[in-house]
Amino acid sequence: MRRALVAFSAVAALAACASRPDPTPTTTPTTPPPAERPQGPVAGSIEDFRVSVGDRIFYGYDRYDLTPEARQVLERQAAWLRQYPNVRILIAGNCDERGTREYNLALGARRAAAARDYLASLGVAANRMETVSYGKERPLDPRSNEEAWSVNRNAHTQIVSGAVS
Amino acid sequence: MLKSLAAAFSFALAFVAAPLAHAQLRVNVEEGHLNPMPIAVVDFLGANPAASQVGGDVAGVIRANLERSALFRAIDRGAFIERIQAMNVPPRFADWKIIDAQALVIGEITPQPNGRISVDVRLFDVFGEVELRPFSTSTTADNWRRVAHLVSDHIYEQLTGERGYFDTRIVFVSETGPRTRRVKRLMMMDQDGANPFFLTGSDAMVLTPRFAPSTQMITYLSFETGAPRVFLFDLNTNRREVLGDFPGMSFAPRFSPDGTRVVFTLDMSGNAEIYSMDLRSRARTRLTNHPAIDTGPSYAPDGSRITFESDRSGSQQIYVMNADGSGQRRISFGEGRYATPVWSPRGDLIAFTRQNSGRFSIGVMRPDGSGERILTESYLDEAPTWSPNGRVIMFFREGRGQGARLWSVDLTGRNLREIPTQTDASDPAWSPLLP
Repeated sequence: MRRALVAFSAVAALAACASRPDPTPTTTPTTPPPAERPQGPVAGSIEDFRVSVGDRIFYGYDRYDLTPEARQVLERQAAWLRQYPNVRILIAGNCDERGTREYNLALGARRAAAARDYLASLGVAANRMETVSYGKERPLDPRSNEEAWSVNRNAHTQIVSGAVS
Repeated sequence: MLKSLAAAFSFALAFVAAPLAHAQLRVNVEEGHLNPMPIAVVDFLGANPAASQVGGDVAGVIRANLERSALFRAIDRGAFIERIQAMNVPPRFADWKIIDAQALVIGEITPQPNGRISVDVRLFDVFGEVELRPFSTSTTADNWRRVAHLVSDHIYEQLTGERGYFDTRIVFVSETGPRTRRVKRLMMMDQDGANPFFLTGSDAMVLTPRFAPSTQMITYLSFETGAPRVFLFDLNTNRREVLGDFPGMSFAPRFSPDGTRVVFTLDMSGNAEIYSMDLRSRARTRLTNHPAIDTGPSYAPDGSRITFESDRSGSQQIYVMNADGSGQRRISFGEGRYATPVWSPRGDLIAFTRQNSGRFSIGVMRPDGSGERILTESYLDEAPTWSPNGRVIMFFREGRGQGARLWSVDLTGRNLREIPTQTDASDPAWSPLLP
């Protein structure tokens, strides 16, 4: 964790070095900056869900059972969804490119259903959730290697409506 | 004039009267590729420069079609000795024997007063010194490629004894854009890659188009309403409709051989099952009932049985069942995973995609699972579709990190060719012979 922080600040420092100095703002912003609010996304927003909770879980090759890590993310998703009961979600199942197209559509549907069923078991009402499968048609990582495939085998929880904007 | 007519008449008589003593000139479709038949296709004659131009173009397309089949070798025109100047004069067979032409094709384009063209073709067995069945048709001048395909089918049929497959089209998915935001549109083209045109726009992703036996209707998958859904597309009216308003998603459609039904996969809640739907009554029948993934259904040409894939054994394998869903039986037992079974129009074989040790292959096996043969192998070969005579398989191939392209291979496995397309292309479906 500490190493990650160090790495992060190193990157931030590099980024600061690389970028030109901020020009002095010539116009005053129309809305005052929310200085009193803590850093990070607005609670209950799509960004909050994505960053603070995690909107994607990952699967093994040709698998649709939930890993312990996937369960943890889904548990955080369920807690968040219970906190914001107006939010509706679409869970999209995705696959890597190492399978045939129609099988992967079915496999993606299984992955989305596995995520939905676990959320339902944690108290998220079924009528707030929809599922879809994109099979191997929507890879997150365009490369053709193990690293990309492991990222592309996922279920992506997208907020459809009801989030704080 | 009279004299030449008389000569032509007696010439024709001579051929009619010629005894069939000599063995028929034949290419064996199973072994012809080992020793392709040398054939001379002369540029078709034309009564005026425009007709001559068309005649040359038609002959060029015929030569290319026959060459692509690998059963024929089109002899270079530069080697021709006799210069054919009239249709009704017998060829000097000796001149064609010297260049080892076993078959000779001559033809003529005749412009008609109504703006159409008529096309007449004569086909000769050079060493037997006999004429085989001639061919005539008429069409509009801009339809000359179609004529070339019809003539190619005639030659193929006369010399192989099998139905041809050149007068056919391919519907497929044109792919453009980055892999993470691929744009996939339906496209149609002739079997040789000519005359491509789009059927759908870039607003919705489409997959897996398949022809109805009528060739005027296709079924495919579209994401245009959000979830994957099976659509029907009437090529005469350009009208599209959703097959049915099912909950969940529907995919993997194929027509029954008589065109009255579509068999497809319906996944209502994370379990893919195979259904068939009567297109008139819209009544649907469930054919599988298993918690495994059951998908990829394809009818036998007589409509009595359906092959499909299922992972009910623990991995994807190929099964056959009766058309009512009874008698489900696994037929693939080789190494690896077996998917996308497609029944040959001849009924004798099932083509499939095999995935084994990180490689993908196209192969065929008999409907009882015996006689498995692997025809291709690459990083990704997928989605076989049959030529209407059951001799050639088209599929798509993707290299590692590369876009998909269409390829064809014949049943010998030795005639592997890329089909030219302007964009990346996948999910080909071969039409029946055009009406």
